Parts: sequence; structure tokens; C-alpha cells
Amino acid sequence: MNDTVTQAHTATVPLVELRGVSQRFGERRDAALTRWLREHHVLPQQAITHALDQVDLTIMPGEVLGLVGESGCGKSTLGRIAAGLLTPSEGEVRVSGKLLGSMNAVEHKAARLAIQMIFQDPYSSLNPRLRVGDIVGEAPRVHDLVGRTELADYVAQQLRRAGLDPAAADRYPHQFSGGQRQRIGIARALAVNPAMLVCDESVAALDVSIQAQVLNLFIDLREQLNLTYLFISHDLGVIEQVSDRVVVMYLGRVVESGAVDEIFNHPNHPYTQTLLAEIPRLDVRRRRFTAIRGEMPSPLAPPGGCHFHPRCAHAMPRCKTEVPRLRGIAIAHQSACHLNDTL
Amino acid sequence: MNTLEIQGLQTHFFTRDGVAPAVDGVSFTLGRGRVLGLVGESGSGKSVSGFSIMGLVDPPGRVVGGSILFQGRELLGLPESAMRQLRGNRIAMVFQDPMMTLNPVLRVDAQMIEAVRAHRSVSRRAARVQARDALAAMGIASPEERLRAYPHQLSGGMRQRVAIAIAMLHKPDLIIADEPTTALDVTIQAQILSEVQQMVVAHGTSLIWITHDLSVVAGLADDIAVMYAGSIVEQGTVDAVLDYPQHPYTAGLIDSLPSLNSRGGRLRQIPGMTPDLLNLPVGCAFAGRCTRATDLCKTMPALAPISAGADPAQGVHLVRCFYPGRGADVRVETAA
Repeated sequence: MNDTVTQAHTATVPLVELRGVSQRFGERRDAALTRWLREHHVLPQQAITHALDQVDLTIMPGEVLGLVGESGCGKSTLGRIAAGLLTPSEGEVRVSGKLLGSMNAVEHKAARLAIQMIFQDPYSSLNPRLRVGDIVGEAPRVHDLVGRTELADYVAQQLRRAGLDPAAADRYPHQFSGGQRQRIGIARALAVNPAMLVCDESVAALDVSIQAQVLNLFIDLREQLNLTYLFISHDLGVIEQVSDRVVVMYLGRVVESGAVDEIFNHPNHPYTQTLLAEIPRLDVRRRRFTAIRGEMPSPLAPPGGCHFHPRCAHAMPRCKTEVPRLRGIAIAHQSACHLNDTL
Repeated sequence: MNTLEIQGLQTHFFTRDGVAPAVDGVSFTLGRGRVLGLVGESGSGKSVSGFSIMGLVDPPGRVVGGSILFQGRELLGLPESAMRQLRGNRIAMVFQDPMMTLNPVLRVDAQMIEAVRAHRSVSRRAARVQARDALAAMGIASPEERLRAYPHQLSGGMRQRVAIAIAMLHKPDLIIADEPTTALDVTIQAQILSEVQQMVVAHGTSLIWITHDLSVVAGLADDIAVMYAGSIVEQGTVDAVLDYPQHPYTAGLIDSLPSLNSRGGRLRQIPGMTPDLLNLPVGCAFAGRCTRATDLCKTMPALAPISAGADPAQGVHLVRCFYPGRGADVRVETAA
């Protein structure tokens, strides 16, 4: 990923840049005696979830970055860090080139507003006691983006942009279907004029025909508002459809990243290859489904070396001990696999 | 003899706001060892059809008409005691959420032993061995350890495999699987599909796989029935329905799948939403979203075989539409 970063600096400043970001959950600061007892195995070790391990991520203005991986790989955690909802245990987060920790209050607020999140569950992400107009209008009013008198018109405009009837403003979330609720969430995010949307499994809960409608809305909004997206999904079909660039994660680490055509036409990492082979395809009939060996290991005790080695068909002794580095293997294509060294 | 023959099944929900015809005249036949993909979106009636076969429809819902023949025996009107003999024994169901099958406060072994002994008079010890073998057959590593676990100690994929192992305990003649892999990752889904497929082949089990995902069904099923607003709108072999979709809804569903569209572009979408079951339009329920609809569509079309010659695929291909057409025509129409 280093190559992209250097190129990027000569072109434009990345909208969001994460460097060496790690996130651990369940970590507590022990008293001296407790620490000593743990070190001498009198007390058990702390149960720490390693959600992210030294992740670099660069999102350029105007691009759609697809983030794909299975449950528990850390993709949602990464999305929350990118959206500023979570401060990582370790590592740097820059928004438009400026370090998040070094910003003053005004800059920090602007950075937070610039990146908005669209959640997976359209049922739990909307306050059931508020009218849609208040849900959408609250943030722009609080942040003084629009005056009280113009608020109703402003809300109507946001709803129309998200493909809803402005009359929706007077109704409550439960009066809408899943697809419409997701549009309400989109209108709420757009109401603060963001530069980027972080979509965390935003179409996963929707029916196929409604999913297509919402994906089309995202594609249209990108053109109309010049939006940048971090699009998080476990659905490779959706990722392939919307992304310019794709990042594949496995158990807290980026294993492969590159242009969408590179990843889908020439997957390099054995994990990416496995994932792509498992996508059910409409034109593959009466297929013999095959089981990949093993399960995703627990992030409480990730295996040493390459995290994928226990399930990998090509694992070598080296994979058990040495963490493969993410490095360029072709133009706009990085992969973290020791196999690339042996070639 | 066919495993299952359903004729004109009607399951309605009598709510405060009116009667919702969740399943309204569904008919299909399932042969021994065949796999039927029952495809539809939320509210299409696909799950309620499954519950109706199992006799698990709760008030305000009620099966109000039709016939369900299981191995030639009528299930509707069967006393609950007789139904209990069949349920979990000859007919089993797998739910989308495995916690609908599993009891959160009992260890896996306790529940599985209970399930074995509900239909076989064997010792607890023998039942436990059978339970362990069932887990091993589902490709579960260290089954002895899993037997001693509580459901919350298992991952989502593992729970679903335990639920399927319970469904397979008595090697039923019919399994109704209601979106069992929808919430799971692709690698886990592939694992489960592989195990289910092997079992179906080994025991000649008939399988109804209820899903909204056409691509899963493409790889698994022999036949497909597409449901919309309580009715089957298209039915046929997997090749006939997916390669030559006749109903505009089927064609629209296929077209709105991301993988068939070009990268980065817009998807071909079906306009509008599924209708409210309490306020169904008169005639064809899809007419409001359909590009081919005319005044004729204000009457309900029958589910009829498509005319000979229009379909090169073998098998009976049924469609409920006045203007059926091949996929190619539909795509031109929607693109224009």
C-alpha cells in the first residue's frame, strides 16, 4: 500500500488515511501486582480481542473503496474508526491530511461531519419515537447548517434526494418498509453535506429488488454530489458492482487490495481466491458444493504467522511463524502472501 | 409416490386491519429426492407455505383451504398427536435463525438426546452416540466437545449446523429449509450446502429450500417456484426458469442481481415495492410494477404451461402472466 500512498501525495491528499491502526477490545490496565501475577502465570492472561492489527488504509476523494471480509474480520471496526466513531488503540488517523488528534474543536467537528455512516439495520438505527422530519432535520439544526425557517424545505430536499416523498417527514419510522427506512438513513446522512459515506452492510438486510434500488441510489448520489464511499460488505457481488478499489480483510489484517478488475480477475491471495470460488453464481447449475477446511479462528487467540495458514492449501513452514507483509505484486495490486516471494 | 403434493393451499391471517392472504392458492409437487427452490421476497408467502406444511401456523393465521398430501396422506385436519409423530421424524424444518430450534438453557447433548428419544425408544447412551454421529456427519470437528457446549458458546455457522444435524437425526423424507444460510458468510454457506447436498443424495430426502437468493438455488435445486404476493408466478426446472424466465418478475429478479450486471454501472431494477397484502390490487399483483401490464391484467391470470415451442427446455414450465416472454425480450424492454 506504500506505493499508492506516495503516488497519492503527488496527486491529491487522501480524504481518509489510516496508518498502522490496531484495535484491541477488552484490554484493562492492571495493577502492578496483578500484572506480575499474570506474567508468572498465577493469574490467567487478559482475554483481548485483536480486532485490527496494523492496518493501513487510504481513501482518495471521489473513489468507492470496497471493504470485504467475513464476520469478525474487523471490517466494521475499521469502518467505525474511519468514520471517527471509535478511537483506535494504536495508529494514526488523518482526515484530509490532518491528524485527527492534532485538530482543534472546530476542525474536529468539521472532520466528523464530513464523514457520515449508513448502518446495516434500518430498524434499529432510526429513533422510533421521532418523526422522519425530526430525524433528518436534527443534525443540520444542531450544527447551524440551516435556519429554523428554512428547515422544513431543507428536510424536504434531503428526502427527495434519497428518493422519498417529502410528505414522509410527518410520519414515523415504523410506517415505512425496510428499503424506505434505509432511504431515511441516507437522507439523514446527506443532511449534513458529507464528503464521504461509510456504508456498513447497508444493503445486506434488503430484498434483492430493493437492494438494487438502494445500490442505484448510492451510484446516482456519487455522481450528483461527488461523494466518496467506504463500502463495507460481506457480499462480493455487491462489492464488485460498486467499487473502484477493493480491500480484502481476514482476521484483523488486510490480506489483499487493488483495483476491482485486478481483484476479481486476478485474485492473488489464497483467501481471496477461496472467497471468489464460493460465490454462488446463477449460471452454475447443480454444482457440487465443497467445504473449505477449518473455521475462522477466534480473534481472541489468532494463529501465529499468516492468520490464514491453518486453512490454506499452500501453507509452508514459514507461514506459521512469519507474518507476510502487504506488498505490491502488480500495478494497483497488493497482496500479503509468502507465495509471492517464492515465485 | 410423490413425497409431497400440494393443491390450492390457502393460508390467511385474520388481523385487526383485515384479512391478509399470505398464501393464496399454492400448488406444487415434490418427488422423492428432488430439491425445490422456493424463491421470493419478504411477504411473498414462501415461509408461510413452509409453516403450513409443518402445521406450525399460529393464530391469527389459519390454513383455510387446499390439500397437503405427504406420501399420499392428507396432513390438513390431521390431529395434533398424529402431526407430532411426523414432525421432526418424517418431516423436519430448518429455520433462518438456529435459535428457533435450539433451547438456549440446555446443552446441545440434552436437546439432541431428547430429539432422538422423541421418536425412538433407545437408551440415553445410545441416543447420545447417535447425536454425536449426526454432528460428525455435518462436518463438525470434535463433536464430543460440541455436545457438551451450550448454544451461546457456538458460532452462528456452528449453531446452524447443529440445527441441521437435529433436523437430519431421523433421516426424514422431507426437509423444509427456510433461508438457513442467509445470515451466514459465503464460506460457511458453502460448507453447509455441501453437507446438506451429500445427505439429500445419500438418503433420498426431498428438500424445499426457501430463499430470496436465486444464485444459491441455481447451484442446489432441480426445480424452482417463484412466489409473489401469496401466489406462485412461475415454476419449472432450474434451467428453464433461470435461462428462459417468462414472468416479468422473475426476469426482473434475475436482472437485479449484481453479479450479472457490469461493474460500476447502475443495476437494472424493478420499480416500486411489493404490494401490501391487506390491500392487494385486483388481478395480477405485479401489474403495478410491470412494464407489460395492460387493462387485461386487472383480472388474475392462471398459472398455465407456456405454449409449446416457446421453451426449448424440457419439463413443464408454468407461468402466471398474460404476456409471458423469454428473458431476452424482457431485457431489451427494460433497457429501452
